[in-house]
Amino acid sequence: MSILIDEKTRVLVQGITGRDGAFHAQAMKSYGTQVVGGVTPGKGGQSVEGIPVFDSVAEAARATGADASIIFVPAAFATDAMYEAADGGLKLVVCVAEGVPTLDMVRVLEYCRGRGTRVLGPNCPGAISPGKAKVGIMPAASFARGCVGVVSRSGTLTYEIAANTGDFGQSTVIGIGGDPVIGTSFLDCLELFNADPETRAIVLVGEIGGTDEERAADWVKRNCRKPVFGFIAGQTAPPGKRMGHAGAIISGGTGTAPEKIAAFEAAGIEVIYEPQELPGRLAAKL
Amino acid sequence: MKVHEYQAKEIFEQAGIPVPREVVCATPAECAAAARAIGLPVVIKAQVLVGGRGKAGGVKRVEKQEQVEAAAGQILGMDIKGLRVEKVLVAECADIAKEYYVGIIVDRVGRKPVLMASAAGGVEIEQVARETPEKIVKVEIDPAAGLLGFQGRNVGMALFDGDAKLARSFAGIAARLYRVFASRDCSLIEINPLVRLGDGSLLALDAKVNFDDNALFRHPDNEAMRDRAAEEPKEVEAKEAGLSYIKLEGNVGCVVNGAGLAMATMDLIKRYGGEPANFLDVGGSSSPDKMVTAMRIILSDPNVKAILVNIFGGITRCDDIATGLLAAKKQADIRVPVVARLTGTNAEPARALLEGTDVTPAATMAEAVKKAVELAGGGK
Repeated sequence: MSILIDEKTRVLVQGITGRDGAFHAQAMKSYGTQVVGGVTPGKGGQSVEGIPVFDSVAEAARATGADASIIFVPAAFATDAMYEAADGGLKLVVCVAEGVPTLDMVRVLEYCRGRGTRVLGPNCPGAISPGKAKVGIMPAASFARGCVGVVSRSGTLTYEIAANTGDFGQSTVIGIGGDPVIGTSFLDCLELFNADPETRAIVLVGEIGGTDEERAADWVKRNCRKPVFGFIAGQTAPPGKRMGHAGAIISGGTGTAPEKIAAFEAAGIEVIYEPQELPGRLAAKL
Repeated sequence: MKVHEYQAKEIFEQAGIPVPREVVCATPAECAAAARAIGLPVVIKAQVLVGGRGKAGGVKRVEKQEQVEAAAGQILGMDIKGLRVEKVLVAECADIAKEYYVGIIVDRVGRKPVLMASAAGGVEIEQVARETPEKIVKVEIDPAAGLLGFQGRNVGMALFDGDAKLARSFAGIAARLYRVFASRDCSLIEINPLVRLGDGSLLALDAKVNFDDNALFRHPDNEAMRDRAAEEPKEVEAKEAGLSYIKLEGNVGCVVNGAGLAMATMDLIKRYGGEPANFLDVGGSSSPDKMVTAMRIILSDPNVKAILVNIFGGITRCDDIATGLLAAKKQADIRVPVVARLTGTNAEPARALLEGTDVTPAATMAEAVKKAVELAGGGK
């Protein structure tokens, strides 16, 4: 098994006639993902890389039986695409765009929650279950099928960590996105990985800001039956430059690297300081 | 994006939130005229986009008219945490009975805006949250319904020990605050302190408004409030080129794709005994031009003794990075050594492009960082 996506996932590409949409539709399809259709309003009836294009998600979902989508439209239009995907009954929507206004995300996530649609992102690379399906923009060659679940707030750092799982490979690799308000959290992914028989170890790739890592650590301590490894980026980042510290007030934390590392250690999560440490540390536990 | 207190107060005033009588001034003479119009005593407050101005001597109470120009002269031009004070606010001295805190932010965990208030005003809310979290009253706001009247009144009742009249006037301020927060796409809006005056009325003595950078595209009124003088010129140049750059104090310059990998690269430089000179994310899609700009920005920092290029190609193509690197070398005489680790999309053609040049190749991130730190002379 794997989580979120597999060989049975039927994917729509919203914004398929754009440059990025067309490129990644082709890349996902050639990886083996079931890319069953694309959506660009006004371009229904065309086809891109042999993939039929529809005018709306509702029409595309009816015609193809799609249950997931990935959005390649600019940030200003991305929330509209998310509403449409949820309204069309899709179960998973991946939003790659960077720069979606935070209050728009607040509103659209509330809407999606009410319809049972999971949003992954925004500002994320998507997800890949190696050897089965890729619903994202990651370079496929850097991933291999295996037993380590990776969940990360970053893009390229995710690739770096995944490439360092060595012979163990990955069950599913998920980039949850770097924005303050996102649809799928570390916690959501941890629960899924914990329940997935194919996943034997989990790597959490966090960064400074917010308290998502601390909440994940707390959950690991109480519920997780699998070895968990943690990495935190931004230990040398200057304070105040990137961290939305006001966002952390609610939970009393301030989002610094030492706090997150302390939370990991207190939860029995093995802290990784260099990506290349990972193969040895995995071997010791598996 | 942060705005100055005087700009936040303008927004408050338009929204009907009570603010003190005050005037923004750029010279001691203007301050004197403002003080005469307002009436003594007055408070002169430095307008800078960092906290801690009070401790730095940027806020002065002045009792006599003849002291205004001298006091203003001390604050104007002052350096507060690297920022020069160009403007001050000359404000009436309020008859303060008690100070409170009120603010709205988006709670990342609950994914909703939250109204927060505390009877411990005048103190940084972060400190209150750390030391006496029970003193903070919070209420979650439904983004579809907005801040409801009863929610504001309930927070007010908690804040003013059951005084219904004060609670109602607080609810009015809270409602206006949320209207600004939602209509102008704020990431933070704060009144600290909100003061209760001797006559029982409420007044926003200070104001803080941060706008969501992601929403600036639909708010020219927000963008118009940007203070370009307060921004690091190189960071602005980088932003205009689609790069994200932050200058640091070390000597190993870095060019990385992706913010997370960029931070991880900085961390590794430090771990191997070096000091990063900057944070630089070349962004998702690469073009050789971006790389040329990145190199120019990094090389304009005289501290840089070596440059580390760490690219994990996804959307970013390694050959674009290599082409840009070579173009940068052609355009400028680069005297510092460059170490490049290029992996992922189109790594092979990139390596071929760099072969035979003086760019030092590295196979892994660790190897690249080690080499760059060594070439920079071990950090310091």
